[in-house]
Amino acid sequence: MIRARLIAPLLSAALALAAVPALAAEPLRIGLITTLSGPGAVIGADIRDGFALAVEQAGGKLGGLDTQVIEADDQQKPDVAVSLAARMTEKERVPFVTGIIWSNLALAMMPTLSGGNVFLISPNAGTSALAGAQCSPYFFNVSWPVDSIGEAAGAAAQAQGVKRVYALAPNYPSGKDVVTGFKRAFKGEMAGEVYTPFGQLDYAAEIAQVKAAKPDGVFIFYPGGMGINFLKQYDQAGLLGQIPLTGPGFSFDQDILPAIGDAALGIKGPLQWSPDLDNAANRAFVASFRAKFGRIPSYYAAQSYDSARLIGGAVAAVGGDLADKDKLRTALRAAPFESVRGAFRFNSNHYPIQNYYQREVVREESGMLTNRIIGTIFTDHGDVYAKDCPMK
Amino acid sequence: MDVLLLAEQGLNGLQLGVMLFLMAAGLTLVFGIMDLINLAHGSFYMVGAYLTAALVPVLGGFLPALVVAVLLTALLGLVVEAVALRTLYRRDHLDQVLATFGLILFFNELIRILFGPVPIFLNPPAALAGTVNLWGLTYPAFRLAILGTGLAVAVGLWLLIARTRVGMLIRAGATNREMVMALGVDVRLLFGLVFALGCGLAGLAGAMAGPVLAVQVGMGEQILILTFVVIVIGGIGSIRGAFAGALLVGVVDTLGRALLPASFRLVMDAASANAAGAAAASMAIYILMALVLAVRPKGLFPVG
Repeated sequence: MIRARLIAPLLSAALALAAVPALAAEPLRIGLITTLSGPGAVIGADIRDGFALAVEQAGGKLGGLDTQVIEADDQQKPDVAVSLAARMTEKERVPFVTGIIWSNLALAMMPTLSGGNVFLISPNAGTSALAGAQCSPYFFNVSWPVDSIGEAAGAAAQAQGVKRVYALAPNYPSGKDVVTGFKRAFKGEMAGEVYTPFGQLDYAAEIAQVKAAKPDGVFIFYPGGMGINFLKQYDQAGLLGQIPLTGPGFSFDQDILPAIGDAALGIKGPLQWSPDLDNAANRAFVASFRAKFGRIPSYYAAQSYDSARLIGGAVAAVGGDLADKDKLRTALRAAPFESVRGAFRFNSNHYPIQNYYQREVVREESGMLTNRIIGTIFTDHGDVYAKDCPMK
Repeated sequence: MDVLLLAEQGLNGLQLGVMLFLMAAGLTLVFGIMDLINLAHGSFYMVGAYLTAALVPVLGGFLPALVVAVLLTALLGLVVEAVALRTLYRRDHLDQVLATFGLILFFNELIRILFGPVPIFLNPPAALAGTVNLWGLTYPAFRLAILGTGLAVAVGLWLLIARTRVGMLIRAGATNREMVMALGVDVRLLFGLVFALGCGLAGLAGAMAGPVLAVQVGMGEQILILTFVVIVIGGIGSIRGAFAGALLVGVVDTLGRALLPASFRLVMDAASANAAGAAAASMAIYILMALVLAVRPKGLFPVG
């Protein structure tokens, strides 16, 4: 009779919960849908903490409104993300959703969100699919179209005079986007181009092929655990000192550096932000993030922090009037906030126009591995997709 | 493709196979003898890797850390068997799947609470960190160590099962459990030992895989799928089958990834060859499994 005994308390709890939202005054409610379980939870933690820090620094009031962040775990699954998007749109009735990390999840959620007039402020997911003909008035991206990072790496390889490059990436849309971006800027010869199954563990076969092809450089795009696997194995095969490795800066960021250790030292990869980027907003962000959480922020944390400040700036610009979506969109497009990456504005497709820097993995005085800027690759760089976007 | 590269790829395949064997041996033992589907086998693999990584700085060396981690993982297995699994033997397989899936979630959260969500650091010992020159072939030393460990475990298990009294009971238990019980063998103790042995082997696999792969929450589930393919191909419950199946899967997977894109390039243009080759290579082991099951529905070395 366990069931009968449970029903009464559950019912009363449900009734109590249902009564709460109606009493609250008109606060700013934001849905933070991110990955809080599984291997992707490392990233989700930084997304959540970066956002929380910005809210806290605004005294709990983004844009002058009492701010409530409603967290939800997408489990890195598109179907879960879609049902959470529906919950945020229909039940929670939030004006903004943010937190989303993965492109495939963002793509799956967009119809629900734009149908409910909810803005998706993407702190990371930056597929080219939403940058061109299918750009959306309800989608704003605070990171990049993912191939721009590949393009920056290609331009850097080109400038260094690298002749033959071997490229490896997982077999999924962003993997191909990044390699396409690389080839757009790199004019030399591709010694090989290999797409491995997503989530592959052992790269011995691919590494042996790389060794046999004898390229001048290897370009990899392996996010998360795949990057750790590849780098460890590449190092153990003795190739790290022989054939220089490059890739998007997010393949060598704070979420995986501790697990790779010294093998990562000296690897270069471009990105739009770095913890040592010298501007007032960034110095304040990095110092307070480290003080509060005891670790170096990853670029995910920086982008999520920027997302919160973008929302805050736009809400302040419209004087807290969240009902008029067109006014709110105009305010968002003006990007009224000071980004931790310095100069930042939105292109007509709601993707950033920004600088891309070359970064290098170094060991800082505290002993922790981190990245440092060693040069600028692109200045005020937009993307090739904006011209196909009907929004002007 | 020259001979040296082919030899290297063959060696890569054997080495991957041997690593899979360490996992599969424990899983197939538990399945074959106790008739228990243990989805949480991957969790013991993860625990082995995390314990090794945590113990290296404490004990000051990879080998002592590995030995202690394997023993602790086996001990954990003994506890889990007594606390959580003992009541499940008489239930059907679906209940076991549900319960052991629950254990996966439990261990993943436990590890996250204890070690945090960021993958942790574990490198090979300094002596094995470099490469070895084998007749002109440079090969990572640690991968040779994995190969050696796996082969030693295979021989050890064969001796245990073919030459000792416990092994005789294990074989008997796998063939006809009721008869063994009827003969007065303490099956409860036997099951506990077998489960602990299986967990110890999973822990050993985790400790040996840790320096090559990412040590992170959820690492066990990634390798568990391959392990199930191995034991289905080999015949459930058979150590010999697990060994043959593991080597077969390792070699087919590695050579598939190495050779298929290149051979597709002979008949089509580079871009479509890359795409088709990658797709075919990721299917190769499942096609192998389907073929084996079509010819021998109970696997290569069926038991009972």
